[in-house]
Amino acid sequence: MIDLVRRNAGSEERQAGFAALRELQAPWVERFLVVRGRTIPVVRTRLSPRDRWGAVKVRWDIGRGTYRVLPGLYAAGDPGPDSPVFVSANYKLSFDALRSSLEEIDGWILVLDTRGVNVWCAAGKGTFGTGELASRIAKTRLATLVRHRELILPQLGATGVSAPDIARKTGWRVVWGPVRARDIRAWLEAGRIKTEDMRRVTFTLPERLAVAPVELVHGWPLAAAGLVLAALYGLPADGSWASRALPVAVLLAGLAPVGALAFPALLPWLPGRAFSVKGAVLGTAWAAACSAVFGLPPPAAAAGVLVAAPVTAFLGMNFTGSSTFTCQTGALAEVEKGFWPMAAGLAAGLVLGVVYRALGV
Amino acid sequence: MRYEYLMNGSSLRLDPEACVGCGDCLDVCPHGVFRLEAGKARIEDRGACMECGACARNCPAAALTVKAGVGCAAAIILGKLRGTAPSCGDGGCSGNRQADCC
Ligand code: SF4
Ligand code: SF4
Repeated sequence: MIDLVRRNAGSEERQAGFAALRELQAPWVERFLVVRGRTIPVVRTRLSPRDRWGAVKVRWDIGRGTYRVLPGLYAAGDPGPDSPVFVSANYKLSFDALRSSLEEIDGWILVLDTRGVNVWCAAGKGTFGTGELASRIAKTRLATLVRHRELILPQLGATGVSAPDIARKTGWRVVWGPVRARDIRAWLEAGRIKTEDMRRVTFTLPERLAVAPVELVHGWPLAAAGLVLAALYGLPADGSWASRALPVAVLLAGLAPVGALAFPALLPWLPGRAFSVKGAVLGTAWAAACSAVFGLPPPAAAAGVLVAAPVTAFLGMNFTGSSTFTCQTGALAEVEKGFWPMAAGLAAGLVLGVVYRALGV
Repeated sequence: MRYEYLMNGSSLRLDPEACVGCGDCLDVCPHGVFRLEAGKARIEDRGACMECGACARNCPAAALTVKAGVGCAAAIILGKLRGTAPSCGDGGCSGNRQADCC
């Protein structure tokens, strides 16, 4: 593969290209395509165990910030001047989703520089946007490789890319492909007719739980704080310290998995339209259930609810960022209206707990 | 499953006079908010609108407006702390908006 590149690396321009290509000695590059004096990496359309392991690691938030591919032009299969051009983000999971959907499809892949962020988030930020697409078309001299002037974009890119502006600025026509890359084949085979399902964003149980590992990883300070509070609650350190501390430890430390796992799993069934309300309901139920199971005295149970509800309300509110249907107007309202009730509830719960233990009843 | 969130779609406006009935908003909307009726787009399911802005950005007739932005409390809080507009932070968001769908 290197030899192929070297043989074609005659002119200075090609030498410069060669330097960039060295960076592309990625395991997912199958070979290089030499066309019109340019050397374009051809990607594998099957994910390797390493790709899948990388995806797992990203899910658990290990090395997430660096999971990117080099922006630019790639090939899948053996594309020619009439092959379709698919546009993607330089977040490796987005790129992997696309290339693994192109098995036996000849096409070009134009990767935009989204700073390693997936298509939808990047579109929301504007990095998967009109400006970047227009400049990437020019930089890669895409027009010299294909005869048509048509780009296939993931539908969710429409939040950042304006098809009318791209047409006006560059003369290229944007075609909105399916939301999910895995529907591309069916969409192409159907003559580029999107079914309603291909157009809709869903939020199924696996999708809701997709970010749960990351949330669990990030939840340890909360669990730790819960354990510390429980240990203090159990004082004095006499023979029954453990029996006093344990129920509170379960109640408080349990809030981390309740927020990370139970909240997303139960989302559709939790009452309320605001996520903080849903969270507060869940936290109240959790604290009440713990109190009942362990037979906590009423003042302790009340303190438990007052602490748990604001915590899960906050965790729930934060889940808006992982959901696929929340709007900014509502999220802003939640943050602004929810802050004081949450802070007050939490403070009241902590004070009640301290006073109750201090009285030593 | 259909989800509805607080204040969903409250800022979405459609000017039927300006609409040319191209159907592009139906094509880009991820929540099936619009319907085409007698050659004009119509807001059919406002409560499902997450105000992502895709429709307004892609309407060739500028018939749509919406106050678009990320519906993410963490971004809003970060923005408030920094005294800026809602911001996803520097390294990408902690939520990850279904990375494998696109
Ligand atoms: S995109 Fe604009 S012009 Fe086209 S149907 Fe929708 S509102 Fe009407
Ligand atoms: S803002 Fe987004 S969700 Fe709302 S109608 Fe437009 S495209 Fe659909």
